[in-house]
Amino acid sequence: MSILVPGTDNPWKARIAFLAFAGGLLALPGLLGSPGDVRQWAEWLCYAMVAVGLDVAWGYGGMLALGQGLFFGLGAYAMGMHLSLEQVPDGSLPSFMSLYSDYTELPALWRPFQSFWASAAVAVLLPMVIAGLLGLLVFKRRIRGPFFAILTQATAVIFALVLIGNLKLTAGFNGLTGFTTIFGRNKYAPGTNRWLFQIAAVGLLVVLAVAMKVVRSRYGKLLVATRDSEDRVRFLGYDPALVKTVGFMIAAGMAGLAGAVAAPVFGIVSPGQFDYLPSILMVCWVAVGGRGTLWGAVLGALVVNWIRVTVSSSRPDDWLYLQGLLFVVVLAFMPGGVAGALRSWWAWLASAVAGRLGTRRTAMAPAVEPLGETA
Amino acid sequence: MKPVLEVCGVSVDFDGFRALDGVDLSVARGELRFLIGPNGAGKTTLVDCVTGLTRPTAGEVRFEGRSIDRLSEHQRVRTGIGRSFQTPTVFDSLTVVENLDLAESFRRSPLTMFLRRRRVTDGVATTLERVGLSAVADRPAGALSHGQKQWLEIGMLLVQGPKLLLLDEPVAGMSPQERLDTGALLHELAGGDQTLVVIEHDMAFLRRFARKVTVLHEGKVVSEGTVDEVQADPIVREVYLGRSRDARSGAVPSPVAEPVLEAVTGSIGETG
Amino acid sequence: METTLSNLYIGVTLASILLLVGLGLTFTFGQMGVINMAHGEFIMAGAYVPYVLQTSVLSGARGGAVLVAFPLAFLVAGVMGLVLERVLLRRMYGRPLDTLLVTFGVSLMLQQAAKDLFSANNKDVVTPTYLRGQWDLFGVTLTHTRLFVLLVVVLTMVGVWVFMSRLAAGRRMRAVMQNRELAAVSGLPTSRVDATTFFLGSGLAGIAGVAVSLIGPIGTATGTAYILSAFLVVIVGGLGKLRGVVLAALLLGTLNAFVEHATSSTLGRAAVFAFVILFLQFRPNGIVSFRTRGLAV
Repeated sequence: MSILVPGTDNPWKARIAFLAFAGGLLALPGLLGSPGDVRQWAEWLCYAMVAVGLDVAWGYGGMLALGQGLFFGLGAYAMGMHLSLEQVPDGSLPSFMSLYSDYTELPALWRPFQSFWASAAVAVLLPMVIAGLLGLLVFKRRIRGPFFAILTQATAVIFALVLIGNLKLTAGFNGLTGFTTIFGRNKYAPGTNRWLFQIAAVGLLVVLAVAMKVVRSRYGKLLVATRDSEDRVRFLGYDPALVKTVGFMIAAGMAGLAGAVAAPVFGIVSPGQFDYLPSILMVCWVAVGGRGTLWGAVLGALVVNWIRVTVSSSRPDDWLYLQGLLFVVVLAFMPGGVAGALRSWWAWLASAVAGRLGTRRTAMAPAVEPLGETA
Repeated sequence: MKPVLEVCGVSVDFDGFRALDGVDLSVARGELRFLIGPNGAGKTTLVDCVTGLTRPTAGEVRFEGRSIDRLSEHQRVRTGIGRSFQTPTVFDSLTVVENLDLAESFRRSPLTMFLRRRRVTDGVATTLERVGLSAVADRPAGALSHGQKQWLEIGMLLVQGPKLLLLDEPVAGMSPQERLDTGALLHELAGGDQTLVVIEHDMAFLRRFARKVTVLHEGKVVSEGTVDEVQADPIVREVYLGRSRDARSGAVPSPVAEPVLEAVTGSIGETG
Repeated sequence: METTLSNLYIGVTLASILLLVGLGLTFTFGQMGVINMAHGEFIMAGAYVPYVLQTSVLSGARGGAVLVAFPLAFLVAGVMGLVLERVLLRRMYGRPLDTLLVTFGVSLMLQQAAKDLFSANNKDVVTPTYLRGQWDLFGVTLTHTRLFVLLVVVLTMVGVWVFMSRLAAGRRMRAVMQNRELAAVSGLPTSRVDATTFFLGSGLAGIAGVAVSLIGPIGTATGTAYILSAFLVVIVGGLGKLRGVVLAALLLGTLNAFVEHATSSTLGRAAVFAFVILFLQFRPNGIVSFRTRGLAV
């Protein structure tokens, strides 16, 4: 398995690619034109952030987290609560609360979210704390693989149920909505979508830069080693439970940040967006793009969502078939995803060209193996 | 001198099957101790008890005078107990250097772990040289031959500088020359500060390199001494040759592939 | 006292359905290390069988339709499992996480197919006349449908037990579950045994589906409602251990019923989950686990 294609870890190549991507991203709204499209892309960039985090956990760390919706949702709710309070005068109740509940003053749970910075901090840190606790409880007992996947999935299901079940505090099934002013700007003013896009773009670049740092660090190598053989890592004197917990926390933090940015972009924050189905779809993005490559994760989030929006706008019923089919085809037949396929074509092309030219390469680069998992 | 490793009356039960039965073992600093015995004698289980993979049902394991029974596997590695496995396990997707660097980094502070490796450290460079993998340093470990993987695994142990090394059949699958090299390395290590416990089946290897041997049979220590002493021990002869008793009772499946002490011809000794 | 008993009754019926579902899951997991997310849709398929019978060929004999539905649902779900195993899962041996996601994809497609076939609205299976009614015992209302469900589960369990312990095919299945390599070198046709296991495990989901259809409306999400709890049952029960699954199903089923009664439905689920995590701190390998020599890596 050669996710990292060892030896080709050239930091400059990655830096240049990163800068080119950053430039392209910030120029994109100018090319898109319609504000609706800009908003749509801003949404996808938030998904890409989640995908990058998930890729760290799953692609590099081998932890199939099926409940990222929990963390994405916590981030979104944290910022959504702040936005709900922004719509009403200081100290008064958010509009849904005066409708559904008999609260006379703001409940304690809501008070911190009057501050933007507190909301932002909660959006990123609360997911990390929860992931840290859950990770320690699960990994310390050496529960892994499919069991971890199922338990994380359960967290997303329960999260959605708790949100729905607490109408008075969370607006229940309908969720938080009606954000007409967003951080002091009018939602419908021209340029607001573009501004949100730029926030999402910067968020994605930050997430990507952090993820690149992480996977290239010694810890990143340790994470890959843990994925490949947890027991061997243990006998090198590391605690795999800690290694994995940290990876899970990074993924959770990134999903939380993505959620915080996504709340104003969506304009609505409701339980259905973070249930188990959207959570598993997040895994689909990474799988299609190519797990174990951060660019693949970004690509996957953008491509799958582009397909989703295109298909469901014309034939909504077919999207579920297509999504199922994507899972089956990608995981059963091309586990490396698009990035893996591109890479093997590239390797094939390179070797074909080299063969044509008659150059004898004694030390061939390792063949790119299909990216499977090590159970 | 105080023994580095003390195993005191250790028993292990696997759902009614007694894998170890009151084993006592004491290994002094700088010793090179071989563990032998027929299949199912409990050799690997004993090593597992020392490294924490298996918890004893009774008894105690002490390392440098302190009980380590409550420590988890990785904590034991951190106190200085290193181990290799029967089948070499290296990280296939990492390069040889990265494998060694990861092994060496286990004492690094968590924060420096989040930095990128910028160069090959002296310890890793020395080890590469020592295990003869300098030429393939930047290859992914998955591309190595079986023998090279075994060397890499030994290198990963060495670079950690453990006080006690437990090796499970280190020369299995190695060529005669590689066996000789390994044997020499074992002696070199034991000559220094390190203590080694080696499980080995290969009798020729044993004869050539063993100083002190402990024989396990059905979870008990049945004999201990130099190779000559052990070979002369009538109980050991019965364990390896006197199969008639076991065969009749059917208690122990006859280990067909087990080398028989007397039948050994020193193949290595001759080539060396 | 009465509420305690009726909670217990509801809990036990839920537990019995979880048991059938969980049993099928442990078979396939124990056998091939496969978490089959499409298992829930096999329940759904089984639940639609009595509905289809009652609205088509057996519309004149709705009570009989339910009885016919059990073996038929077993067959339908079993064949679905068999096809899934032969076509996809067999190729993915040793990749449990990828398999999990592939079966999830299959589950999505089956749900959409059910929507296309039966519409997204919930359907009701008509309760046969012989199951209408209830007994009152110490103040507890025992509805006949739930009693019938219990009876079906008990009979199925007995059948499974006989199959596993008395019949050669069942013994082969256990052998492969316990040690695949050894079974293979001993000459057992592991591939055929895998197919049998998948057929049987999935078939049990079909039976569970018919049972589910008797105690409430059915829809395309019927499987989803049970599958996650069933997975938790498997995790708590310990892999491939019949006894463990039985105990875990009873434990989680009744816990769910009691907490739900005392608080709310959402808290019931959350409490069960918290319990599972807590439980795993003490028994990470489930209720029934054996101590063996740790596998050398």
